[in-house]
Amino acid sequence: MELNDLLNHTSEWLKDTGPHADIVLSSRIRLARNLDKVPFPHWANKKQSEQALKTINEALVNVEFLKKALFLKLADLDSIDKQFLVERHLMSLEHAQRTDHKAVVIDEEERVAIMVNEEDHIRMQYMQSGFNLFDAWNNINKIDDSLANELHFAFLSDWGYLTACPTNAGTGMRGSVMLHLPALVMSGQINRVLAALAKLSFTTRGLYGEGTQATGNFFQVSNQVSLGHGEGEIIENINGIINQIITQENQARETMLARNKAALEDKINRSLGILKSAHIITSQETIELLSMVRLGCDLGMIKELNRRTINELFIITQPAHLQKIENKKLSAQERDVKRAELIRNKLMM
Amino acid sequence: MLCDICGKNPATVHLTEIIDDQMSELHLCEECAHQKSLQMEQQFGLSDLLAGLVEFEKPVKDTEPVGVKCSSCGLSYADFKKIGRLGCGECYNAFRKYLGVLLKKIHGSNQHVGKSPLKVTKVLKKKIDLQELRRRLQQAIEMEAFEEAAKIRDQLRELEKKSAQGDNEAKE
Repeated sequence: MELNDLLNHTSEWLKDTGPHADIVLSSRIRLARNLDKVPFPHWANKKQSEQALKTINEALVNVEFLKKALFLKLADLDSIDKQFLVERHLMSLEHAQRTDHKAVVIDEEERVAIMVNEEDHIRMQYMQSGFNLFDAWNNINKIDDSLANELHFAFLSDWGYLTACPTNAGTGMRGSVMLHLPALVMSGQINRVLAALAKLSFTTRGLYGEGTQATGNFFQVSNQVSLGHGEGEIIENINGIINQIITQENQARETMLARNKAALEDKINRSLGILKSAHIITSQETIELLSMVRLGCDLGMIKELNRRTINELFIITQPAHLQKIENKKLSAQERDVKRAELIRNKLMM
Repeated sequence: MLCDICGKNPATVHLTEIIDDQMSELHLCEECAHQKSLQMEQQFGLSDLLAGLVEFEKPVKDTEPVGVKCSSCGLSYADFKKIGRLGCGECYNAFRKYLGVLLKKIHGSNQHVGKSPLKVTKVLKKKIDLQELRRRLQQAIEMEAFEEAAKIRDQLRELEKKSAQGDNEAKE
């Protein structure tokens, strides 16, 4: 498999197959692990980083699940390739910067992505469609077990897995779900929900994780606490709160339908109209309009499109994806034209 | 729309800032946005937040071990406070006293209860059981529940004996 093969492939998490896939776009479990007695990536010298990368790579090639995986050294990638991987949620923005002795390993279905020498020596994630955190945990747990057979992880019995930042110590686990909450946003209830989440020690971020703003009514919710609770308990806590949010979003949708169905139908169909006919469109506007069209699919107002196509459009209209598709560097203005063209083509099919 | 800072390039990045309930919008070109994000990072990063948490904790009477270094990687406690990241796993032992407090601040607990790496699981489980029994013994003594304490003491002895045997077997 090569990097460019991903271009003609739909990531597992966009396939719209898991439970509650209307409101929960995807579920992800991430584990942070470090090699014992080796300085963390930010503190390691060149030789130590090189050695850590070599040791970890040797362990990764032995993992059964990764037999067909793509192994990429970041130093070999150009800036568009790196951004392309960030847009597909296969690596972090931080990983794309300062790329010496870093790697990313991706399985052929894009469920597993393992960053080597990011903030920690190993950051592995399992990501899939819908509301399915326990399943994701079981899968990444197996990969973690096979790596633990080959590598000696930094671990203390009382503080668990040791990480570069003490905020990740303990289980080294973050569970996160990507939520699409248009009705809670439109009805002005979202701030109340976000405030409650913060009080309960959950972090809310935008579509692209750390430091990004919520756009297109997408919110990524994850646990903040990683020490003092077992993995199962952490996941149960997230599940409990997410179930409540799903109920609230559904109620908000019903209320909107009951109060002013015509206005909602108008907004949704106008959004589809713009996407079908625009000749210049920014990624921001695209995300906002797609969000409305997605809601239209959920409510049965738009029948000509399925959610999977819309999920894919969120990603392939991103800047690096457009440039990979066109196979050349494009300015922001050129991208806006190409983006509109791509959307028109996809929606006319 | 042109960039609000340089006024030359088209604005492609749109920032919304909320300060004291006042919302302001900033439209920037890619270059100025990059500069701005660097500035923001410098003004207020994660390391500041962490350092803030450490500072907050005054009950630890000892002066902070600013000069103390991790013998394994050489990172000093002052380095940690500055960058908000530890240097290696051994740092957790080197700064144990202060990190215990910090971990409790961050997570509300400083006792791991999740998964352990497979290789050490058996030995570790014994260690954790011993710790738990010692804690319960202490509690029973404090509550003057001496009958209960005697029971726990016997369990503890039993486990310590087994654990010593286990260690010897492992050595052989």
